[in-house]
Amino acid sequence: MKFLTGIWDDLNLSARIGLGIVTFFATFAIFAPWLAPYSESEIVGDVWEPLFGEFFFGTDQIGRDLLSRLIYGARNTMALAIVSTTVSFTAGAVLGFVAATMGGRVDQFLSRIVDVCISIPTLIASLIILSAVGTATSTLILVIGIIYALPVFRIARAVAMDIEVMDYVEAARLRGEGLWWLMSKEILPNAMTPLAAEFGVRFCFVFLLIASLSFLGLGLQPPLADWGAMVRGNADGIAWGFMHPIIPAACIALLTVGINLLIDRWVHKASGLRDDQ
Amino acid sequence: MSEKLLEVKDLLIEADIDGEWKPIVNHLSMTLERGEILGLIGESGAGKSTFGLTALGYAKPGCRIQSGSIKLDGVELVGKSDAELRSIRGNKVAYVAQSAAASFNPAHTLVEQFAESPVQHGNMTMAEAVKRSVELFRQLDLPDPEHIGKRYPHQVSGGQLQRAMTAMALGSDPDIIIFDEPTTALDVTTQIEVLGAIKEAIKERNVAAIYISHDLAVVAQMADRIMVLRHGNLIEEGNAREMLANPKEDYTRLLLNVRSIRESRYDHDEEDIQLKVENITARYPGTTIDVLKNINIEIIKGKTVAVVGESGSGKSTLARVITGLLPPSQGSVRFHDRELTPDLKSRPKKDLQSIQMIYQMADVAMNPRHKIKDIIGRPLEFYLGIKGKQREARVLELLRQIEIPADYADRYPAQLSGGEKQRICIARALAAEPELIICDEVTSALDQLVAEGILDLLLNLQKELDVSYLFITHDLAVVKAIADEIVVMYQGGVVEQGTKAEILEPPYKPYTELLLSSVPEMDPDWMDDLIERRKRGEAPTAESIAQQD
Amino acid sequence: MNNVLFDIVFKRLVMGIFILFGVSLLITLGVEALAGDVCSAMLGQAAEPSTVAACQAKLGLNDPMHVRYWHWLVNVIQGDFGTSLANNREVAEQIGKRLGNTLYLAGTTALFAVPIGILLGVIAALYRNSAIDYTISATTLTTISSPEFFLAYVLMAIFAVNLGWLPAISNVSSSMSFLERLEVSALPVATLTLITVAHMMRMTRASIVSLLASPYIEMAKLKGLTPGRIIVKHALPNAWSPIIQVVVLNLAYMIVGVVVIEVVFVYPGLGALIVDAVLNRDLPVIQGTAMVFATAYVVLFMLADVLSMLANPRLRHRR
Repeated sequence: MKFLTGIWDDLNLSARIGLGIVTFFATFAIFAPWLAPYSESEIVGDVWEPLFGEFFFGTDQIGRDLLSRLIYGARNTMALAIVSTTVSFTAGAVLGFVAATMGGRVDQFLSRIVDVCISIPTLIASLIILSAVGTATSTLILVIGIIYALPVFRIARAVAMDIEVMDYVEAARLRGEGLWWLMSKEILPNAMTPLAAEFGVRFCFVFLLIASLSFLGLGLQPPLADWGAMVRGNADGIAWGFMHPIIPAACIALLTVGINLLIDRWVHKASGLRDDQ
Repeated sequence: MSEKLLEVKDLLIEADIDGEWKPIVNHLSMTLERGEILGLIGESGAGKSTFGLTALGYAKPGCRIQSGSIKLDGVELVGKSDAELRSIRGNKVAYVAQSAAASFNPAHTLVEQFAESPVQHGNMTMAEAVKRSVELFRQLDLPDPEHIGKRYPHQVSGGQLQRAMTAMALGSDPDIIIFDEPTTALDVTTQIEVLGAIKEAIKERNVAAIYISHDLAVVAQMADRIMVLRHGNLIEEGNAREMLANPKEDYTRLLLNVRSIRESRYDHDEEDIQLKVENITARYPGTTIDVLKNINIEIIKGKTVAVVGESGSGKSTLARVITGLLPPSQGSVRFHDRELTPDLKSRPKKDLQSIQMIYQMADVAMNPRHKIKDIIGRPLEFYLGIKGKQREARVLELLRQIEIPADYADRYPAQLSGGEKQRICIARALAAEPELIICDEVTSALDQLVAEGILDLLLNLQKELDVSYLFITHDLAVVKAIADEIVVMYQGGVVEQGTKAEILEPPYKPYTELLLSSVPEMDPDWMDDLIERRKRGEAPTAESIAQQD
Repeated sequence: MNNVLFDIVFKRLVMGIFILFGVSLLITLGVEALAGDVCSAMLGQAAEPSTVAACQAKLGLNDPMHVRYWHWLVNVIQGDFGTSLANNREVAEQIGKRLGNTLYLAGTTALFAVPIGILLGVIAALYRNSAIDYTISATTLTTISSPEFFLAYVLMAIFAVNLGWLPAISNVSSSMSFLERLEVSALPVATLTLITVAHMMRMTRASIVSLLASPYIEMAKLKGLTPGRIIVKHALPNAWSPIIQVVVLNLAYMIVGVVVIEVVFVYPGLGALIVDAVLNRDLPVIQGTAMVFATAYVVLFMLADVLSMLANPRLRHRR
């Protein structure tokens, strides 16, 4: 408990707002089945029923309850984003550390490959690959994981290289320590802070990518609720003055803002920069 | 116009440390007269830099002037607006920073930056400033004074930049110049030239100066009066010559009595040659110049070989070759007559264990995320297979040996002082039970008094454990204190080597003489004498040595 | 340009070319994976082993992959991107037209976004931690955190639906006059500008703030120089290098942002083209457009590197 209050005290106003937002959405995501009034695919009313009427956010383009779909959407999208980010992080960080610690040809080889792959814009690459291999959830995780492993590789490698030049790493090398010890005991503990911040940043990018892909029709498939897909589905309503697509889009924006607020302050504190310099 | 140029009364400066305001300059006062040089000395954390900067009415970010008065020529600076302070900065009071390389803007030429202050303050036109720059560059002994101004900071050497920075400070014809450790980053041989040039230039113009340094011998050469600071408090103040001859306070005495020469210890009867460096030539991969040329060194068991040289001498590279971090292009390293593999990766554990290294900067030599007991304990487990309770006990034993309290075992490096950290590094080396320890500038980053303690510890350990040291340093005083044999290196080659007695007594090889003569001594007249002798050709200079090659 | 600088720049250019080749290979591989059963899909109900085989022969799908890659590469260099599977038109022609539209969109955006973004970034850096800084930072945070389509729909909802000032669909065509074109593309340009300004402002602010912590800036203060002079004479000359990088990198990100915005506003640009092509499995179009996008990316990254090398005073003036 003290640990948690300690974290709260550490943050300033904007970060606390961020934390609040993230917790808000996370709660809905975790407790979705108990909090949502209807299931995500039930048809409960007429198409595009108005907001704040019988249904809190009205209904979508087929007549499903928007609020329930929002809640389930939070769960689906956030879960997908967390898993994908974790996959990308594990792969990217391990390879990045290996490249930095082993140096030489291994480093050159890995870096060149990443340089080439990273030159294809993320959205384009995902579009092509996902059309080819389909959009099953596990495939989505894998594809997004691999695509984002590339920038994570670069950052992990940069962080590891900064640490690797320290005398204590050289001292460990001189002792005769092997690659595994160097990476896990010497470099990793000192890389946790920048990498943790980076995890938050990546999560936002992944989250936005999933939203965009769903919006273009290549993300989570119906009837799974997904905020991006919901925007797409309800988009036509705008022309008739129905504001429904804006709500899931706003949710995406709000959650990302929340995470960014949290990360910003955390990174700032971790880097030890002074505000008055 | 008041008598005193600068009058500081009861100044309290606080710094924001972890959210709390703590005093770093504790109600100090100082006075400075026209043309007087005041030396501020103290160890790191004494507050001397912060105190010196107040003559500019400046507090570093994170610090604030809480109370007290600063009067420059009778005018109160505390509470003045930024615009008013700007009119005296770079104008009546100038500043010479510790690192000229960082303080010059890489995007502009030297003369542009020189001219900036006087022109912006309305004292001169650009043309006049350029003329003045040539004058001052010449007076400060910069090569090619007419054209050097057109160069960019990265095109000029460290010593030259430091002099250019002094010229820039003098350019505005200030009343006071604040020198903040200006020669700390320079080689000892360059230091003399810079100091001499500075002293001459400011004496001639009757400029007052505040000279900040941790090196008492250097301050002794420059200052008329000295203030000794410690933890933000004044320890002693007085006329320089008097203080050096008769220090009143114990702390001042401690600072003065540095490096008492130790008696030579017992000799090893057996000529047990432990390490033999044979014909080593080496260069860094991807470069074309040899950093080490044909080096031959022998280390005898239980003895200390000091390798002394300045930057570029190759002494640190030698350590890298011996430990296997840099395979040589020629030659071999033999340990007990067995050749060591050139690359550390192929050496057996036993070889790695026998040669241990201690680094210059203890804060980066230890992993900040490891506890002390793990830092010391790892070699025990890795080399000797000692685990569990036995390991804990041995760690405590080692802590005792390095004179560190047992409860430090659970701490992290950041919680220790500089000297304590270095002791832990020594314990880490000892844990492996090595036969040879390479000490790479292990005292260079420490305050003098703390360094003394470390050297004492190392000598005692050597007596106890019969371990040999390869002691790499640029500091001749350290060499005098602990070496049995000395190797003098210059630009990748060995200039001379022999026993301490042989090297440190005349006749000297030219470079050795240059090194020895460049070490500042406590005698206030030492520097003036040396410069005279050099002018007369009786003592070597860096130029004359370089020309010899 | 002196030798050292020339060497470094040259090496970077060469690396850029290699990367382009690597990218073209990757894209081809990706498209190959898509190729799967293009023929069966195209023929639909008429798909039989014989017709599928004939179709495959006609499309050259029977040749080994490296042969096909080589043919395609040679053609591309000569400007021939093949023929669209969907509508049998020359891919190159389609790309050309659409590229023009996308460039117009990106160009107009850059015209507004770059100066505004940099200016806001510099102001925020100079007045950091003041109310101005917080306002600017908060607004930009919201903008970059939002997916492009969110902003697009919001703007559309406000300006097209509610106020009716601008058209919701940006169907630009070459027959339009300059002003007409401007009006029709106003919303997509505005959306993209908002996003790009936000990115640029944050990155500029970060660079300048870190620059202001340099020792030579403190030295300038101690020389009694006015804040204005310190910014203009001391900070700015060293800020060009990071700022140029920020600008060029953001141009690269803009390329990807364009895709979603074109879809939302039905703007006939390259982004809309590739999305359609992917959904229709129109291989040559996909390959061609992906290559164009990737080339732009590679060229821009390379430009960012090279320009920042050129702007570095230590490299410009030899030792």
